[in-house]
Amino acid sequence: MDLFFALFPEKWPDWLRVALSAGIPAVLLLTFMAVGPIVYVYAERKIAGFMQDRLGPTRVGPYGLLQTVADAIKLMFKEAIYPTGVDKKLFLIAPCLVVLGAFLAMVVIPFGERSQVADLNVGLFYVIAVSSLSTVGLIMAGWASNNKYALFGAMRSAAQIVSYEIPAVMILLGIVMMVGSLSLQDIVIFQEGGLTHWLLFRYFPIMPLAFVIFFTAGLAECNRTPFDIPEAESELVAGFHTEYSGFFFAMFFMAEYTEMFVISSVASVLFLGGYWSPLPNHILQHIGPIGLGPLWLIAKAWFLVFVMMWLRWTLPRLRVDQLMYVAWKVLLPISMVLVVVIGGLIMIPATRNGFPWDRWVGWPLTALVFGALIAWMAGARLSKKRRVQDLAA
Amino acid sequence: MTPESLGWRASDLDTDEMILNMGPQHPSTHGVLRLELRTDGEVVRAARPHIGYLHRCFEKHAEAVDYPGVIPYTDRMDYVASMGNSLGYALAVEAMLKIEVSPYVQTIRVIMAELQRIASHCVAVGTYGMDIGAFTPFLHLLRDREKILDLYEWTCGARLLYNYNWVGGVSHDLPEGFIKACRQFLREFEAMTYPELIDLLLKNKIFIKRTANIGVCPVEVAISYDLTGPNLRGSGPPRDLRKDAPYSGYENYEFQVCVGKGEFGPLGSCFDRNWVRTVEMAESAKIVHQALDRLEKMERTDVREKVPKRVKPPKSEIYSRSEAPRGQLGYYIVADGTGVNPYRVKVKSPCFTAMSVFHVLSRGMYIADIIALIGSLDVVLGEIDR
Repeated sequence: MDLFFALFPEKWPDWLRVALSAGIPAVLLLTFMAVGPIVYVYAERKIAGFMQDRLGPTRVGPYGLLQTVADAIKLMFKEAIYPTGVDKKLFLIAPCLVVLGAFLAMVVIPFGERSQVADLNVGLFYVIAVSSLSTVGLIMAGWASNNKYALFGAMRSAAQIVSYEIPAVMILLGIVMMVGSLSLQDIVIFQEGGLTHWLLFRYFPIMPLAFVIFFTAGLAECNRTPFDIPEAESELVAGFHTEYSGFFFAMFFMAEYTEMFVISSVASVLFLGGYWSPLPNHILQHIGPIGLGPLWLIAKAWFLVFVMMWLRWTLPRLRVDQLMYVAWKVLLPISMVLVVVIGGLIMIPATRNGFPWDRWVGWPLTALVFGALIAWMAGARLSKKRRVQDLAA
Repeated sequence: MTPESLGWRASDLDTDEMILNMGPQHPSTHGVLRLELRTDGEVVRAARPHIGYLHRCFEKHAEAVDYPGVIPYTDRMDYVASMGNSLGYALAVEAMLKIEVSPYVQTIRVIMAELQRIASHCVAVGTYGMDIGAFTPFLHLLRDREKILDLYEWTCGARLLYNYNWVGGVSHDLPEGFIKACRQFLREFEAMTYPELIDLLLKNKIFIKRTANIGVCPVEVAISYDLTGPNLRGSGPPRDLRKDAPYSGYENYEFQVCVGKGEFGPLGSCFDRNWVRTVEMAESAKIVHQALDRLEKMERTDVREKVPKRVKPPKSEIYSRSEAPRGQLGYYIVADGTGVNPYRVKVKSPCFTAMSVFHVLSRGMYIADIIALIGSLDVVLGEIDR
């Protein structure tokens, strides 16, 4: 925000400069968030196609790029149907709330040292608070729809999101203790200096575990497989948005994908060094007027979004009771132990900022993960090619 | 502020069980099954299946057409596995007329029936994965089913309802190059799809957790409700008509009768039924391999040489059964000896008996388990309602 504030000439009145410097990033962010789902849905379809040995969209535009645009336009022009007996007010407010909850969290995500809409000193707390807002929207949608399946979906989503927020917050507690601040900007600055300084690689075996727990809880919070029971299409038809059509349905869709991005970017801010490049000494960092920070953050977040899609097309869905079991009897105890352990380690001066082996453990591990990923993908491509050749022969 | 201060009393609250209608337009009831669930939260207290949405009067229709004319109707019963239906009917009428088809035709029929078994189980296992929430195996399996349907289309021109097994023969001979193409398909299936399916779905921990402990059907229940096919074999007894009462020369093939093992939970669970189907695909592929070998050595005969000009059996009645992909498919046919139409055709449908055990197995389940149970019984509503 201060970035824009300095851009405007000083003779302009202050209120105008403030309004513009708040408005411009808001518009930029909103555009990014609103157009984002179009990209994610296209990516999801293509990734699904790749994993399922089919092509995905190919017809509309080059490589089917315009397919999601066409779908979005179709949804906008479709009639929004109000079924008999819906609570019309709640029925209308619900999708707005869900979208709002997903969008609001973006305000505090730091895209760069100075590219952040608002650096709240309670940033992390704010993220947790507003992301719970969408739960209210989901329950409203389920209740207002006057449909038993929607009601089931709403009940499930309430139970699920409330349960999974607790282990996630426990993990956040550990991070807050390490950094000593709730501000997301401070948390990112704490991780300055390349990959080995990322929180993911501090206290080596401990923080990766914390990351897995946080990511799992994040998956549950944005209703993605294997935790997509609120909208489990084979059980509840479409769960809480069974009765929605037209643009309201599109809003739920948008909220889901935006939430994926939000969770992923929060995870990257907390564990993957936020907007810092993985290389030491600020290599590939300060290029251009605002630096490459936003690109790094988006790249990290999109990688996590890809992992979410990957999981969705691989794993089956858990049952309600199993879901609760995972949250309360697996994730929560582990995360509580982690909080205590991290707190203890911080108290000892020798391990104040991490174990001694943290300095070198990050690099080989990252190389290993990406190497395996690339090897798998290349292998899949190769075997597909061979199969096509076999078929032709 | 308490509920009481607002004038509400606890006794006003509705604490009844909720009646949830699942289907007939629900995505996972495998067609037009309607389930009436009495639910207490997520727990199902009682489930009552309602059938009949796909009733097309097959048995009455059969009385109005001549014997070969019934075959297209039989195709429409279990539309996921048409080949098995028409084979069963053709066998029944042939037994009435005392026609013995040539080994060549028998081998073709075995190939077609076993390919159909693979194709049918592809749908069963694939949609079962989808019921549990895994989408990808479904598309992998449908890809392979399409290859089988391509082979069928090449042979007889149809992809779903074939009218292929005629009384006294089959409608078309196998086309040139069928054996090679079929071997190619089997190679791909055995090398890629089958191991991938096992890795992706059946060894998945979540899948096992979701299926291995639910819908347990003890062997006594299975027998008393007359379950057949993979549903019965999932509970343990290795009963398979292809071994027990071989027809169409099944006694010449080497294959195993797959049974549930109860590896991850009690015997007879949803996992076991699904496991039986999966393993049966590999066994069917084995049979097709052997049949193709036999076919290569065999002399070609006219596939329609035994097809009678006019089917008019003497006054008699017959009950003939065969092992369709979903279990024992029985045809009871009565001929009055006067007309060219059957006097009565009654079908003993394996899906119907499988559905009859549903209310026993579904007691006290979660809603999500109901879906898993329907999928594991693998019912096709076209055959239940007929």
